[in-house]
Amino acid sequence: MALPTPPGVAAGIGGTPSAGLPQSAQPGLPPADVYESELRRVWRHLAGSGMGRLGIGLFLLVVLMAVVGPLAFPFNAAAVSSSARGLLLPPSAAHWLGTDELGRDVFRELLAGAHVSLIVGLAATAISMVLGAGIGIVAGYYGRWGDAVLMRITDFFLVLPQLPLVIALAAFFGQSILIIILVIGMTGWPTTARIVRSQVLSLRERQFITRVRSLGASDLRILRVHILPNVMPLIFANTVLVIGGAILAEATLSFLGLGDPVQISWGTMLHFAFESGAVGRGAWWYFVPPGVCIVIVVLAFTLTGHAIDQALNPRLRGSR
Amino acid sequence: MSTLRYLARKVAWLVVTLYGVVTFNFLLFHVLPGNPVRLLARSGHLTPQAVAEIDRVFGLNHPLGLQYLIYLRDLLHGQLGISYTYREPVSQLLGQYLGNTILLLAGATILTIVLGTLAGVVAARRRGGGFDSMTVTASVIGWALPTFWTGLILVFLLGVWLHAFPIFGMQTPNAVYASPLQHAQDVISHLFLPTLTLVVVNIAQFVLVARAAVIEVLAEDFMVTALAKGLAPRRILWRHAVRNALLPIVTNSALLIGMVVAGAIEVETVFSWPGMGLLVYNSVLNRDYPVIEAAFLVFAVVVLLVNFASDLLYQALDPRVRES
Repeated sequence: MALPTPPGVAAGIGGTPSAGLPQSAQPGLPPADVYESELRRVWRHLAGSGMGRLGIGLFLLVVLMAVVGPLAFPFNAAAVSSSARGLLLPPSAAHWLGTDELGRDVFRELLAGAHVSLIVGLAATAISMVLGAGIGIVAGYYGRWGDAVLMRITDFFLVLPQLPLVIALAAFFGQSILIIILVIGMTGWPTTARIVRSQVLSLRERQFITRVRSLGASDLRILRVHILPNVMPLIFANTVLVIGGAILAEATLSFLGLGDPVQISWGTMLHFAFESGAVGRGAWWYFVPPGVCIVIVVLAFTLTGHAIDQALNPRLRGSR
Repeated sequence: MSTLRYLARKVAWLVVTLYGVVTFNFLLFHVLPGNPVRLLARSGHLTPQAVAEIDRVFGLNHPLGLQYLIYLRDLLHGQLGISYTYREPVSQLLGQYLGNTILLLAGATILTIVLGTLAGVVAARRRGGGFDSMTVTASVIGWALPTFWTGLILVFLLGVWLHAFPIFGMQTPNAVYASPLQHAQDVISHLFLPTLTLVVVNIAQFVLVARAAVIEVLAEDFMVTALAKGLAPRRILWRHAVRNALLPIVTNSALLIGMVVAGAIEVETVFSWPGMGLLVYNSVLNRDYPVIEAAFLVFAVVVLLVNFASDLLYQALDPRVRES
């Protein structure tokens, strides 16, 4: 069934009458190429702003560490020092970042743990986004009592303190990367649900939706073809920001001793540095680098997310 | 009249949420797989009789509905179970540790709000200036800093390296104090680094909130009126703008509590501050489930109550909320 759709909207992500666009852009429905340029405009803004460039640069750096690092400098977890003299050694030519409390090379350990942050951050966020966007779209589009019930549930999870909840869940279900991903993902969706819902609420009342509906389009089609593409950019910007929080949550859980025991991550490194008294002994090469790496990877996503946010929301651009 | 109705609605929502938290807690710890008693029984060396005995002692042989009612009854009597490691009632443990956490969090939260608001106002007044752009940068970095790692760095710099502040516990071990004042001094010096960590990590977010709130008010028409009346700029800023900007600042203070609660767990772990957070950390290491369960309940209830209080405060501060 070929339904007439407003120009650009069917073209996918490109069709974006985004939240912050001035209302005057709406009634006359500008030609398709104005909409088409939206995605390119976001990219241009991203590449043109210092924040966006720094964010993408840091992200590439971490990906390089995670992918190439372990190949170039493989880490052997079993290579513990045979004598006490090899433990917590300061940086040297043999060990660029010294050794840990078992006499293993900290630099190689750091590279071996890089992919955990990225995988947990991305996978947990994917779960949060599917849950949050799904609940937000259903609540915002169908409205009435379904909306009321879903939003009460969302509010309920919004006020639950995330870290104690995540700790309780992780302590309960055991320590593995998969559990950590699930636990962080299942607790991170309420904010997204709220943001998406409010956007869908305003979209639902727009003229082009009313028009398509009066032509007899089904709810499912309206959601899939008209609503979803229009909330995608918002979901995307939110996603990038949520990843940073998920990475911090993984690091915190691992630091508290709830990390995967067989999988090195920056959080578990800090856990063992703390437990072995590296801080008191002044072994800065053991506990400073993992923290710096966490800050870098979180900054990468936060900066990129803010830059995308600014590109999508012209009002933010003015305020800087 | 409408005030009363507003209050009734808020109290009703509070009661419903509290009940929700309690039920959620029950489901989480008693129904989902991974029940600690089952973990115990799964270790393999237990006879079926022993498993049945464990089930009986923990009341797991009852139907689920009855277990739920027993759970609610125990909760109302303040019975939260017995800690596996301390062999003490959990409620007693919480009583010992909660006060220390409140002492730490109250100081850190008040400092964060007061300093954050002041810095936000200054940044908003000189918008685009050096201080303003510095606060924006600092907030991005502050958000990326893991609280526990910031604590470790401060321990290293100010404690281990400079020996400026104590880094462990709440008071000097085995100290004999000449006066209560000296005791207070000792506790305050132990409070310094944990408080500093919490303020450093949380303040930047707060500065941004205060800054945005003041900027929004400064753009309103009545600011122009105040200026046209010939009021002193200082008076306009502090008496007219800041006063109106306090509303969003109050709501965000409530949001801050979630961050502060999370921060307490991390900071108390790093500094061995004998509070709820350290209790949680030790319980996690020892898999002391009754304590983890009760601590989660306490944290959730505290956050709920703070949100409730901020709703009431918001209503008291803003007549417009009362009207609608």
